[in-house]
Amino acid sequence: MVEEDVNEGALDWHAPSPRLRVLRRYEVLAATLVSLFLVLGIVVALGAGVLAVVAVVVLLVAGSIADVVVGRRVRAWGYAERSEDLLVRRGVMFRRLSVIPYGRMQYVQVTAGPFERAFGLATVQMHTAAAASDARIPGLPAVEAARLRDQLTSLGESHAMGL
Amino acid sequence: MSELGGPELPAGLSSPDPQAMPDPNASPDPQTMPDPKAIAGLGGDWQRLHPMSPLVRAGRGLIVIVAILLFQGLGSSGRGSGDNDLLHIGLLVVVTVLGVISWLVTRWRVEEGVLRVESGLIRRTSEGFPLSQIQAIDIVRPGLARVFGLAELRIRLASGGGKAGRLAYLTDAEAETLRVRLLALSHGMVEQTPAMARTEQALLTVPPGRLFASILLSGTGLVLELVIVVLVVLAILAPGAAAATISAGAVGLFGLVVGLFRRFNGDYRLTVADAPDGLRLRSGLVETSAETIPRGRIQAIRMVEPLAWRMFGWCRLEVDVASQKSKGRQDRNQAKAARALLPVGSRAQAAFLMARVFPDSPEQRLPPPARARWKSPLRFRYLSWGANDRYAVTTSGRLRRVTDWVPLAKVQSIRLLEGPIQRRFRLSSIHLDTAGRKVHAVLRDRDRQEGLRLLGGLPDRCRQARKLEEANRGGLRSSS
Repeated sequence: MVEEDVNEGALDWHAPSPRLRVLRRYEVLAATLVSLFLVLGIVVALGAGVLAVVAVVVLLVAGSIADVVVGRRVRAWGYAERSEDLLVRRGVMFRRLSVIPYGRMQYVQVTAGPFERAFGLATVQMHTAAAASDARIPGLPAVEAARLRDQLTSLGESHAMGL
Repeated sequence: MSELGGPELPAGLSSPDPQAMPDPNASPDPQTMPDPKAIAGLGGDWQRLHPMSPLVRAGRGLIVIVAILLFQGLGSSGRGSGDNDLLHIGLLVVVTVLGVISWLVTRWRVEEGVLRVESGLIRRTSEGFPLSQIQAIDIVRPGLARVFGLAELRIRLASGGGKAGRLAYLTDAEAETLRVRLLALSHGMVEQTPAMARTEQALLTVPPGRLFASILLSGTGLVLELVIVVLVVLAILAPGAAAATISAGAVGLFGLVVGLFRRFNGDYRLTVADAPDGLRLRSGLVETSAETIPRGRIQAIRMVEPLAWRMFGWCRLEVDVASQKSKGRQDRNQAKAARALLPVGSRAQAAFLMARVFPDSPEQRLPPPARARWKSPLRFRYLSWGANDRYAVTTSGRLRRVTDWVPLAKVQSIRLLEGPIQRRFRLSSIHLDTAGRKVHAVLRDRDRQEGLRLLGGLPDRCRQARKLEEANRGGLRSSS
């Protein structure tokens, strides 16, 4: 596992809220239902009964596979605050682990879409001068997101360095 | 062929008339330099641009319009179509008036370390460019501006959506003096003798012949040559078909030629010079430019060795300074974000320049584990990386070899990536992200354990490098 070796396991990894898992499940469910209705509409219009059963089964299987994949991706997401930098890990197929020094931070962005808000969640993103930097943490409880934002901002100020 | 360290530059080669067109490579004549105090804008007073600015900016378009008018006027004078003439002259008057108004409402000044530019009549805009954040200053002289002895000053900042501060146009002398002063102000030096900053030592010049050959051997050049060969063969075998092909693909062909000429024009007689206020790059055939990159603003350097150049042992060096992706209108200069430090040169020349720009860069390079051959069969022979306490260097590339140098003090974040195939071979890639846009150092296909060790250790090394650089700069500042 990627995360075990950085800093000899002394890291305190935090995970997104379990509610993110629920939110993602609803998203998959919504997508599955919409495509189910579309496909069923087409199949019924064509009037093929056997095809309808096959389509429903295929879509349900696809939906549950997507649910498992999404669940693994949610579980793979994590972040750890070290004394000098923030660590963010994510991804199942393509695993990423980013180290972003607090001093390199340009600004912190907290965003919450309508569905995230309904679940009381928010996404925290740390921006550096490098466009490639990848420090996005989705699905944090709103309180934790606010804490992290303030924490990162104050740490960024105390460690600040120029370009 | 080698022109290493030759401070003497042949002057007047690039311009048929040295008086009308100042040579781009010649150092500015000290006698044409006014006292810096003579530029009122530096004293905090509002200042206009040069009165010829609207004319030069309208540039080629205006010349074409005037030429058409003259042509039509000559042609139609016998037949007497006065209405049409009146319309054209009216159009010309409107364009001129608009140009004059835009000149009248544009003004600039330097106040408390900020260059402020105000423009616009109906929608007034005021832009402030903090001098402490200057990444580079360019002086650009398009062909028409050179005729009038004018120059455009461009200030490149890291932020601001990649937008540059532009003063178009100033006189040559004003632009040179302003650059010196702005760079001095950006380093926090309030009073500094501008004469000192003008003594620059030319490091090397690229001979036009070699540049031409290198462009012919570049990817686009080879495509163009292939197209020409095919067309010639076609013309011999079936003249009718060839004519049809040419007329069909004329636009594409023209585009190719223009693109290649632009490259030739941009890098023509490129001279790298070591100036007290930074690295100076002068180049250009029709449009000349002089870029100044202050010390410590270079985010990364890349060396590219294309396959077709290898028989001559040529390579290309590019520098990258900090800039952000522009969100709206794409600035034409953005394409040049990675500027050629050496458009074409021998490896010895590249090493010579590298030693000047990034002194004592790492020598020792580590190859990836042998099993990386299965993941990157084409890249494998070029993959390596090395680091000391100041720089990291990585090499990669499939057909062409690419070497990237990144100062550890400039690393913004470090990422470890592991794709499905890499995981199979217990490999991972480590990206060193900098604020530059073109050059990204990637330690490709390292052993996973090594990667994780690096991820644990590199942030600390970057911090140390940063402290070292700050200590060095502090020492320089107090001594100057």
